[in-house]
Amino acid sequence: MSNTTEPTPAQLLEQLEALKQRVAQLESGRKDQLSIAVVSGDLDKVLAAFVISIAAAAMDTQVKLFFSFWSLAALRDARKKAKGKDFISKMFGMMLPKGTGQLKLSNMNMAGMGPMMIKHLMRKQNVMSLEQMLKEAAELGIEITVCEMSAGLMGFRKEEFIDYPNLRMAGAATFVAEAGESSMQLFI
Amino acid sequence: MTQEELNALTVAKSVDARGTACPGPLLEAKKAIGGVGANEVMEVLSADEGTKVDIPKWCTKQGHEFLGTIEENGYFKIYLRKK
Repeated sequence: MSNTTEPTPAQLLEQLEALKQRVAQLESGRKDQLSIAVVSGDLDKVLAAFVISIAAAAMDTQVKLFFSFWSLAALRDARKKAKGKDFISKMFGMMLPKGTGQLKLSNMNMAGMGPMMIKHLMRKQNVMSLEQMLKEAAELGIEITVCEMSAGLMGFRKEEFIDYPNLRMAGAATFVAEAGESSMQLFI
Repeated sequence: MTQEELNALTVAKSVDARGTACPGPLLEAKKAIGGVGANEVMEVLSADEGTKVDIPKWCTKQGHEFLGTIEENGYFKIYLRKK
C-alpha cells in the first residue's frame, strides 16, 4: 500500500513551477539599491546624506543620489565660473553657498560660527570631512543626478558643478523610476 | 566565541580603523575584505563604539561570519570570518 501523504511526481512538478514563478517575481522586484532625494542644502543634512550613502555602499548597496533645489549649492565648484548669466541667475549665484565649504547649518549656524565649530569637532573626532566623503563616494561608484529643472531655476550650469565621475543631469522621472526599483528610498 | 578563543584566532588581515569615525571603519573593512581569502579571519580595530554594532550587521548582509569582539582599553577588536 502506498503512503497517501507522499506527493506524486506531478504534484512536485507543480510545486516547483509555482516556486519558479515566485522567485522570478521576487527577482524582478526591488533591487539592493538606495535612492535619496537630497533637497536640503544645509551642511548637517548633506553630511547625513553622504554618511548613509557611504555606509550603504560599503555594504555593496547601489546608491543613487538625486540632488534638487538647495542641495545644488553643495555641488558647486568654488573654482569654476559660468559666463553669460542673466541678472537673476547672477544674484542666485552670489547669494547661495559656493560649494561644500560654504554650507550653513540648519540649526545653530550663528553667522558661520556653528559650521566652524562642527568642522573642528569632526576633525577632532576623526569624522571624514564632507569633501573627503565626496571623494570616497566617487570611488565607491555612488551616482549623483542633478535635477535639471532646479539647476535651471537657480541659473546653475553643468560646467559649474564639481568634477565627479558619476554626475549627470536629469529630471524627476529619472528619480521616480530609479526609486521605484530601490529597496530603500529617503528624502533629505 | 569566548574571549580566549578570539585571542587564539589566526588573523589573516588586521585593519586599523582607529583613526576614523563612522562610517570610516565600515569603509575600511569593505576595502580590506577583498584581500582576505575565503574562511580566513579579519580583525577590525575601531575606537568607534558604533562599529561594534555595525560590523555584525555588515557581516549578515555580506554573508561573512561574525565571530565576536574583544574590548581593549579605549578601542575594540572585532573579528569575522570571510565567506
